[in-house]
Amino acid sequence: MAEINWGFAISRPRVIDVDRNNLRKSDEILLEMPELQSCIGCGACTASCTAGNLTQFNFRKVHTLVRRGEYQGAYEEMNKCMLCGKCRLLCPRGINTRGVVMLIKRKLGDF
Amino acid sequence: MRAKSWSDYQKAIADDKYYYARSCIRQNFFPGSEKAFLDILQHDLGKDIFDDPAHSSCTGIGYHSDVVPLETIMTVVARQFALMSEAGYENFVTSCITSFGIYTEILSTWEEFPETEERTRENLFKATGREFAKPKSLAHTSDVIFHFREEIAARAKRKLVDSMTGEPLKVVEHIGCHYAKIFPKSGIGGSEFPYVLAGMIESWGGECVDYPERRHCCGFGFRNYLVQANRGYSVANSQKKLESMAPYHPDFIVANCPGCSMFLDKWQYTIAEMNGRTYGANGYGIPVLTYEEMAGLVLGYDPWELGMQMHQVDVEPLLDRLGVEYDPSTKYLGGNGKYIGKPATAVVNCPSQDFIYDIKL
Repeated sequence: MAEINWGFAISRPRVIDVDRNNLRKSDEILLEMPELQSCIGCGACTASCTAGNLTQFNFRKVHTLVRRGEYQGAYEEMNKCMLCGKCRLLCPRGINTRGVVMLIKRKLGDF
Repeated sequence: MRAKSWSDYQKAIADDKYYYARSCIRQNFFPGSEKAFLDILQHDLGKDIFDDPAHSSCTGIGYHSDVVPLETIMTVVARQFALMSEAGYENFVTSCITSFGIYTEILSTWEEFPETEERTRENLFKATGREFAKPKSLAHTSDVIFHFREEIAARAKRKLVDSMTGEPLKVVEHIGCHYAKIFPKSGIGGSEFPYVLAGMIESWGGECVDYPERRHCCGFGFRNYLVQANRGYSVANSQKKLESMAPYHPDFIVANCPGCSMFLDKWQYTIAEMNGRTYGANGYGIPVLTYEEMAGLVLGYDPWELGMQMHQVDVEPLLDRLGVEYDPSTKYLGGNGKYIGKPATAVVNCPSQDFIYDIKL
């Protein structure tokens, strides 16, 4: 049968399937930086981010995705961080956010 | 939770004297189903139902795609009610889930904003010289079949069981979104635990499949398919449901919405062509039935009279499991005995049976 020109393709779902994702790296990151589990997702880090003002970099989004096993592009995103540390001053949970950036870069350099 | 929903979400369904409003989509894709509904009510159950040739489309598809304004659709709906009053009926039953949602929404709007009802009365009188009375009861045709499910079970020629093993067939029931997701109190069991199709399946000996995406939309959603470029989103929804139900090996899917029956059936072909994935037994598709077809099979109707040759996915494997006797050579013969043409072979269909249907009379 000749190939059909549908004019559309099946949209890929945007859901994060934690059951299917490989959480090994995520578990390693949380083992080294357990306080990351206390993040309440307030977004103060992203709101104060110097790099985020200049680029699309969104620290909260990236580390949340990483914790759920979505590693694609995380390393490149984290490279946008200028390590100024403003987010660390603002975090209500006292998370070492700069350390999280470095840890994710170290763990996910291969992805 | 379920017990509370069940008592809260009940609706009164009239016992007799119905005014029937047809569906645009079903008349094209499942013409046998609407006839089967009339036959079941008139001949099997002996009810009075009026099939009015004067009624029109409810224009719901146009309304949901921003082509038909609210005032216009209210006037069209008012005309349907006027025709019902003129014919001497008070119980409105509609074959389409979209129409059912439209009628429910408009009756509710008239209740909340009486000035819109007044304006509609003026518009209808100016346009047609008619006056209308609101229906005493509004029901979807699946509500009516549900209402008489035990009577149908008592007249059943066969149950929804495997004729060889006696095991109940596994049935996926899919409720159209506009049945109870807009106004939960308008549906039996509400939007959380809709029982309208599950009740039929249980009464007729089948077993409902409870799978993760049971209440997910089929993806029909007007805007999702009217524009070609958006159809990927529509098919993705059906795919999500099919992927979710496939591990439970359902024997067939039954839906009470014209769009759901159409898309769950035809998107299986699209998915098979696009990425080679099929969801039924032996690498074919999962047959998709309307509730009238399911009722018709239970009552012993001929599958080709029910219009089951119009389906994308072949129903023969299901008919064989149910032990339904059918004549393969008459599958593609119309009501007048003329050959209506045979669709090309598709991955979701059963190729081994194709040669049988090549008989032209």
